[in-house]
Amino acid sequence: MLLSILEQGLIYGILALGLLITYRILDFPDLTVDSSFPLGAAVSAVLTVRGMAPVWTLFFAVLAGCLAGLITGLIHVKCHVRDLLSGIITMTGLYSINLNIAGKANVPLFGGDTLFKNPFTRAFPAFLAPYATLLIILVITLIAKLLLDWFLSTKAGFLLRAAGDNPSVVTTLAQDQGRVKILGLMIANALVALSGAVMCQQQRYFDISMGTGAMVIGLASVIIGTNIFRSLRFMRSTTMALIGSVLYKASVAIALQLGLDASFMKLITAVLFLIILVISQFRPKKVRLHV
Amino acid sequence: MFEVRHIDKTYSPGTVQETCLFRDFSLAIEPHSFVAVVGSNGSGKTSLLNILCGSIDVDQGTILMNGEDITRMKDYKRYRKIGRVYQNPALGTCPTMTILENLSMADNKGKRFNLTGGVNKKRIEAYKEMLLPLGLGLEDKLSVPVGMLSGGQRQTLALLMATMTPLDFLILDEHTAALDPKTAELVMALTDRIVREKQLTTLMVTHNLRHAVEYGDRVLMMHQGNIVLDKGGEEKKNLKVEDLLGLFNTISIECGN
Ligand SMILES: Nc1ncnc2c1ncn2[C@@H]1O[C@H](COP(=O)(O)OP(=O)(O)O)[C@@H](O)[C@H]1O
Ligand SMILES: [Mg+2]
Repeated sequence: MLLSILEQGLIYGILALGLLITYRILDFPDLTVDSSFPLGAAVSAVLTVRGMAPVWTLFFAVLAGCLAGLITGLIHVKCHVRDLLSGIITMTGLYSINLNIAGKANVPLFGGDTLFKNPFTRAFPAFLAPYATLLIILVITLIAKLLLDWFLSTKAGFLLRAAGDNPSVVTTLAQDQGRVKILGLMIANALVALSGAVMCQQQRYFDISMGTGAMVIGLASVIIGTNIFRSLRFMRSTTMALIGSVLYKASVAIALQLGLDASFMKLITAVLFLIILVISQFRPKKVRLHV
Repeated sequence: MFEVRHIDKTYSPGTVQETCLFRDFSLAIEPHSFVAVVGSNGSGKTSLLNILCGSIDVDQGTILMNGEDITRMKDYKRYRKIGRVYQNPALGTCPTMTILENLSMADNKGKRFNLTGGVNKKRIEAYKEMLLPLGLGLEDKLSVPVGMLSGGQRQTLALLMATMTPLDFLILDEHTAALDPKTAELVMALTDRIVREKQLTTLMVTHNLRHAVEYGDRVLMMHQGNIVLDKGGEEKKNLKVEDLLGLFNTISIECGN
């Protein structure tokens, strides 16, 4: 069970990295997530079924996620639609897109190779074999985290942080804050789609509803991580988000272990999120900035 | 040269809150002049600055920057030549980013924000030298998030950030109003030094009539979207705080407050 918590926690950790950008950095409540997660899964599943090497499907999933973020960004910036609504519009529309990409509501990956069952993993020595999945997930998650860490330390990354912190600074720096926001949404949804793709590879199926609650899961992870380690100045918020995600998965597992039926999964997700919100006294930045 | 010609501006047109602020309003600001603007609340000072910077649109008229028509130019493009400091110290800096990160960003204005490192380590010494003479101890706090600084420290930093790179214009909106008297004097003196050194064309809104008379080359008083006093050159030299205060009170009485 520990293994499965770590596996799932780290996969959702990539999702949490995406939400770290939208919620923590950009202060943008992005609901696109609930369908960019299955979008990544759909792309990865379909391409895998068609015979593409599973690793390569991840790149296309990332690309699709970028596009989803781009659409939300354009709706918000160019059509001047409120942030929350922009995400809802993309989320709703993407549902049909996902369905059409996948061709049906369910795509199983049984039989063929996946990211975690292929000639490469079969070559693992016997003592490592049970951990093969976890190791691969760990590598992918770490690559995503390190890339994000690096990006946030560049000039473009600084601008992204500034856009969430104080958009007027971006404007007075003679930079288009709309473009910065769009870029942030693209990166965030790329990570979310990657998370969905890896999840689909690990569970060996795509399901149209697998994104429901993704936003809540990711956000809960970010809030847990950043609150527990708030006092540790040296710890990166990306690390906090990843640990938060594993802790969140662990608490869901405990809830199920306590005898709750799996059909209550989404209810558990929601109630747990509420508990976390209340305990952490989380308030969106927008409220804090304008007092 | 910064100029507005025959501009009209009505807020919330077609609603019950419709307010016509500017009607056929014109103003030209000479290159390298320091213009101080005073006037009662709601007289349109901030609106004028917002119009110049492109934060709000005009209904009619043209805006010219160095002779170029910028009426339809997006705000962020105008800031290539403009530095701006707001009344609220929180508006000029990024609170969760450190002093070093804030300065590094400001230092990069006019260049590309690409994928190279956000902080240029070679510039750290230069930043420290810039901060040292302020006597605020900021040079030892480079890795402290700006949100932890006092209002005065933040506003000083905002002023430095706004003027770090080559500029033509500096727009100041009551930038000392939120500070205690001592810090206000310090920030005002620093402003004056920067403006003279960089020969910036400056438009400064202030409620401090003494600052307006002391530092401005030209003093404007606004009232209900009009310029009711405009003293430059010799006339300005003879202008006293008492004169301004007198006119200010007369106008206020006319309005019944
Ligand atoms: N965004 C706005 N919407 C409606 N009315 C506004 C807006 N901004 C300013 N006003 C009105 O315009 C007038 C001038 O405001 P402002 O330019 O802020 O004056 P000042 O900076 O001189 O105090 C005021 O009557 C104010 O109510
Ligand atoms: Mg004002």
